[in-house]
Amino acid sequence: MKYLDEYRDQRLAAALVDEIRRTVTRPWTLMEVCGGQTHSIVKYGLDELLPAAVELVHGPGCPVCVTPLEMIDRAHAIARRPGVMFCSFGDMLRVPGSNGDLFQIKAEGGDVRIVYSPLDSLKLARAHPDKQVVFFGIGFETTAPANAMSVWQARAQGLANFSLLVSHVLVPPAMTAILDSPSNRVRGFLGPGHVCAVMGWSEYEPLAADHRVPIVITGFEPIDLLEGILMTVRQLEQGRATVENQYVRAVTRDGNLEARKMIGRVFEVCDRAWRGIGVIPQSGYRLRDEFRAYDAERVFDVAGVQSQEPAICISGQILQGHKKPHDCPAFGAQCTPLTPLGATMVSAEGACAAYYNYRGAGLLAH
Amino acid sequence: MPDEFALACPLPIANRKTIVLGHGSGGRLTAQLLHDLFLPAFDNQFLRKLDDQAVLSVGGARIAFTTDSFVVTPLFFPGGDIGKLAIHGTVNDLAMSGARPLYLSAAFIMEEGLPLDELSRIAASMSEAAKAAGVAVVTGDTKVVNKGSADKLFITTTGIGLVPDGVEISASYAKAGDRVILSGTIGDHGMAVFSRRENLEFEAAIESDTAPLHRLVETILAAGEIHALRDPTRGGLATTLCEIAGSARVGVQVRADRIPVRAEVKAACEILGMDPLFVANEGKLVAFVAPASADAILAAMRRMPEGRDAVIIGEAVEAHPGVVLLKTEIGGSRVLDLPFSEQLPRIC
Repeated sequence: MKYLDEYRDQRLAAALVDEIRRTVTRPWTLMEVCGGQTHSIVKYGLDELLPAAVELVHGPGCPVCVTPLEMIDRAHAIARRPGVMFCSFGDMLRVPGSNGDLFQIKAEGGDVRIVYSPLDSLKLARAHPDKQVVFFGIGFETTAPANAMSVWQARAQGLANFSLLVSHVLVPPAMTAILDSPSNRVRGFLGPGHVCAVMGWSEYEPLAADHRVPIVITGFEPIDLLEGILMTVRQLEQGRATVENQYVRAVTRDGNLEARKMIGRVFEVCDRAWRGIGVIPQSGYRLRDEFRAYDAERVFDVAGVQSQEPAICISGQILQGHKKPHDCPAFGAQCTPLTPLGATMVSAEGACAAYYNYRGAGLLAH
Repeated sequence: MPDEFALACPLPIANRKTIVLGHGSGGRLTAQLLHDLFLPAFDNQFLRKLDDQAVLSVGGARIAFTTDSFVVTPLFFPGGDIGKLAIHGTVNDLAMSGARPLYLSAAFIMEEGLPLDELSRIAASMSEAAKAAGVAVVTGDTKVVNKGSADKLFITTTGIGLVPDGVEISASYAKAGDRVILSGTIGDHGMAVFSRRENLEFEAAIESDTAPLHRLVETILAAGEIHALRDPTRGGLATTLCEIAGSARVGVQVRADRIPVRAEVKAACEILGMDPLFVANEGKLVAFVAPASADAILAAMRRMPEGRDAVIIGEAVEAHPGVVLLKTEIGGSRVLDLPFSEQLPRIC
């Protein structure tokens, strides 16, 4: 299939692996920022093909994994209310909160719907004026434009029964937090391709310069990832630290200006908590005050829902690249996709789930 | 920036107290339900094999016996409808034991308000499918429930067939060295129903592959030595391979580049972040066959319309018993494991 098969070509992959092998002279630890990249790496067995000197660690870019427990509990509190139609992307349904998941709420009679775009929930709001329709707006800069658009449109159409539960996070502050951590061992980044398709890559330049770390904006197919790794390793071997763009078919320096404009109209930057990492200043979005009528947290008064997360797994260290899934004693034993102990096991994009599904518990563990 | 990270995790959902949709997915939750609840309740030698049918000796004849319920939404989808599916599903479950399907029963649970013309179209479609498959619906039942107590129409079909002398087929009979043959493209049925149900408009319509497979089975039985047969319905090809590997305690190795997927199915799966290996089929089979018979069986399959795209996708091995390994397109490898529950469309 066009635009897919050429990025999964075995001969091209082998040539890139050879070139990486020829380029690398010493060990390097690279982080792929996005959960989608982690997913591809493990799904295609990419890291098996790489020379031992190149170690990939998995980054914080899985929206399902980093959404804080508190926000999930607030979502569940809203979804349990009578008269609410709670809309979400599919993979949020089985993220456990303190008390069950959205599947459980659905089984108990809650009206929980999977939608493919926040704009679909606007259609539902129009079709069901007797219901309060809520969309769970989570994710990185990638999902922000459509979420912003849903609120913008709701106001334009005078819809009074639609609101957005916002838990948006931003990539650059998370990368800064990882680089500032005393135990950091990441020497280069495969930057987030789809986030940069929206935001462009210019905001990564100060990060690369200040921390002397190469950042290569990278796509999601096997050939993209291998090329991104090669470009990062080349910079490291040559002692350079700049932002380069591997994902030229989707990403420009300035990104999607219309989408950025829409984000800016509706959202403002705020402090956000990251599941497993903690509060990072100026690392997320919230609705601007003029859109407070569409803020589900206010509409349903759930800001008082507070949650305690007992520290029993290492997902925080995995999300920061300090550890790998098989470093965890619970991995594959107490902790499986059926009984997830941590966020990284819950989402298909989570590093633990990717290892479990594609490696088997321990069978191919390196 | 925080210099000390507050590591945090949620408490697990260790055991579910109620049925959730995932219990019907064919994946791990379904397996858990069978092993923890139903097997202990009904335990016997036939059930323990966990094949899609039981083969029983009755009055000197070997009878294959199976049942299946159909709950598809929407009732009509590109390439078929719930009635056709109800005939083909039970015919195929019988055929996977090598049996010649003979007689079916059909039970209808109807929701108040179901339009009679829809029911009549479904009955006509069932009748046509039964005739084409050479089986007769010889008994049945009807029930009506209050509006809201069912989703329009549920159909259960039960079937019996005759297993020819000398035919011994079961998932547990797969052996190391067997070649794994797949009868055609995967993912068509699941994506056809999914895209219609969710009103996803793709440029090319995806059609269900629903079809009876007993004639294909009869043909290949005559062509060589077959150990295991299964139709990869819910849970898809990957789930079926896992079940056979587990049942026969063999390893299975398959190659991604050999597995045929239609371009439109692949595209729909890419867009939704789903994996065609785990998407349901209703007109395909997987055969584990003796290596010496593989070429003859493959050739016989390809001569039939329902097997014209058949390919050898891999083999059973002694290594890693119970585990299925996929050689990926770019030469890496990964484990195919039973899915947790339904595949969920990904966020981004």
